[in-house]
Amino acid sequence: MSSLIIQDLHVRIGEKEIIRGLTLEIPKGEVHAIMGPNGSGKSTLSKAIGGHPDYTITGGDVLLDGESILGLEPDERARKGLFLAFQYPMEIPGVSNANFLRAALNARQPEGEEIEATDFYARMYEEMDKLEMSRSFTARAVNEGFSGGEKKRNEILQMAMLQPKYAILDETDSGLDIDALRIVSAGVNALRGPSLGALVITHYQRLLDYIVPDVVHVMVKGRIVRSGPKELALELEEKGYDFIREEIAEAAIA
Amino acid sequence: MPTEELISTSIDIDRTRGDFRYDEKHKFDAGTGLSHDTIDYIVNVKGEPDWIREWRHKALDIFLSKPMPTHWASKDLENIIFQDIRYYLAGGQKPSRSWEDVPDDVKRTFERLGIPEQERKFLAGVEAQFDSEAVYSNIKKAVGEQGVIFMGSTDGLKEHPEIFRKWFGKVIPTGDNKFSALNSAVFSGGSFIYVPPGVKVKHPLQAYFRINAENFGQFERTLIIADEGSEVMYMEGCTAPKFETATLHSAVVELVALKGAKIQYVTVQNWSANVFNLVTKRAVAHEEAEVKWIDCNIGSRLTMKYPGVVLKGRKARGEVISIALANDGQHQDTGAKMIHAADETTSNIVSKSISIGKGRSTYRGLVHIPKHLKGCKNNTECDALLINSTARTDTYPAITVRGTGNSSQHEASVSQISAEQIFYMQQRGLTEAQAMSLSVNGFVNDLVRQFPMEYSVELKRLIDLEMEGSVG
Repeated sequence: MSSLIIQDLHVRIGEKEIIRGLTLEIPKGEVHAIMGPNGSGKSTLSKAIGGHPDYTITGGDVLLDGESILGLEPDERARKGLFLAFQYPMEIPGVSNANFLRAALNARQPEGEEIEATDFYARMYEEMDKLEMSRSFTARAVNEGFSGGEKKRNEILQMAMLQPKYAILDETDSGLDIDALRIVSAGVNALRGPSLGALVITHYQRLLDYIVPDVVHVMVKGRIVRSGPKELALELEEKGYDFIREEIAEAAIA
Repeated sequence: MPTEELISTSIDIDRTRGDFRYDEKHKFDAGTGLSHDTIDYIVNVKGEPDWIREWRHKALDIFLSKPMPTHWASKDLENIIFQDIRYYLAGGQKPSRSWEDVPDDVKRTFERLGIPEQERKFLAGVEAQFDSEAVYSNIKKAVGEQGVIFMGSTDGLKEHPEIFRKWFGKVIPTGDNKFSALNSAVFSGGSFIYVPPGVKVKHPLQAYFRINAENFGQFERTLIIADEGSEVMYMEGCTAPKFETATLHSAVVELVALKGAKIQYVTVQNWSANVFNLVTKRAVAHEEAEVKWIDCNIGSRLTMKYPGVVLKGRKARGEVISIALANDGQHQDTGAKMIHAADETTSNIVSKSISIGKGRSTYRGLVHIPKHLKGCKNNTECDALLINSTARTDTYPAITVRGTGNSSQHEASVSQISAEQIFYMQQRGLTEAQAMSLSVNGFVNDLVRQFPMEYSVELKRLIDLEMEGSVG
């Protein structure tokens, strides 16, 4: 029950089927990684699970702790404990980081209740310190004028504050230099534990040196084609995605 | 037609419709339609001097002779049927200085709007107008003792003719436009304020305008004179119940800031969506004086309003900060006018509009810096935000800057709240309406920060309400 289950999922954008029967289970307490070549549908998977209106689910299901979330609005899914760390976080002009986080936290409170401002700031400062973010980021508009690395840190800050049950991190390493990668990964690792299940989507093995997964899945053309222990990532790094493609081709012939 | 005889018999009107208004009987009613008789009725009821009677009659002739400005403005103006409107409705009592003495049903209206409470909390004085006349007018004792005059314009012209007559109609002449002429003919209510030299009124003075009657036109007239080195902030709010027929609100507001004086004029306009709001607002700023208009238009069917400052004295400064929100069925046609008429004068215009659904926003700006002046500066920024593709926004800036030592800077932008931005915010747990509302508040945030606190809270609440209704 305590897991995020993706069952034979089919997703289209317009007429084109991008996810073609994908099955995956992420139990709480585990970190899974999805690796795959460009165009394999990795980002589509995260947006579709999040409920983005441009993505049409044509088959299968997504269960969060046993309950289907496909009929829910994106915000309802979020409040059930689903978090997406975006590959390209959006800018929200004029809305300060602090106000945005507070609004997001208040949306999780019972009707008519709000979080205490002092508690909120104390917690936010603590999390920001862990991510080596300057306090000035509280007053700056969400992601506006942030560097790539600052945007990714901000995603992890939001994740830390919102304490999701399941997090999907979409190419969190893209655009990060090595220092930022180290800080962001440390932030994610600090959130690991029995109450979080995470799915880390990445193109490169590099990120998995920092966020070491329990299970690695390889995604090609909208399906999981192989799953294995963390060493699978190293094998991929060494041999490239072609060896997987060849294996699939051989399997298809045989 | 109304005559002296009718005044004594008085007409009682029974009105029962509307969820947010109380039945109330008007002692004085000028009847439906507009003619020279209507004007005589108003003058007689109000007991005004002859010079005002003449002024009004002349203004009516000008009004009748001027065409509707539909060659540049919205054709929707043609839907105003002047002969179906009632031009004067009043209960016949003097404005009282205590809420206790205000008639019960009128008092309940203002209590529901929170006016007496705001007065206790942060205002230096309040005037409350119900249909044509002020029903309440009070100024805190300490402020009155400094020589500050704050009363309805009807009382102002009678009690302080020496000040009133000197400035009345001087900033905005009767023939300025069709609606300033209409107001000059039938004006009633509004505020008269005089701040003596050097007096700085610490807390804002507030007027609240309430339309309660259907098929009615409210024509308040406000005149504020800040004498040398004085400072005052005036705030106005307004509401009306939702009637099925059109209601007209056509005010004229004149501000005079003498040497070194500062006037801030804050409006939060929230008329219901059947009100034609056609208002002329202008200030004259003398040497080193500062006038700042803060203008928020959330309500009304059609608003046409372009607050202006004539920068008459050296180093005078004018500013218009405006926010307009146009939802389905609304057209906010707003802007600013800056007339530079002395050296080293500066002006600043920042306008933000939000158009939702089929709502429409128009910005019209006029900046005039003639050739013979030196060291004048203007800054104009207008930003439009569109929410969904059927909304419409237009910008008509007219900036004339001549002469070598003058400068103007103009920036304009149109942006949209993208579906990706809303998805991002929803993914953090905000509903679509909350995400919209937060985005819109973010768009106007830098302007709202300049507002008095109580008004920025009110504005945020109004934006939230509008967004609640606009996503479904």
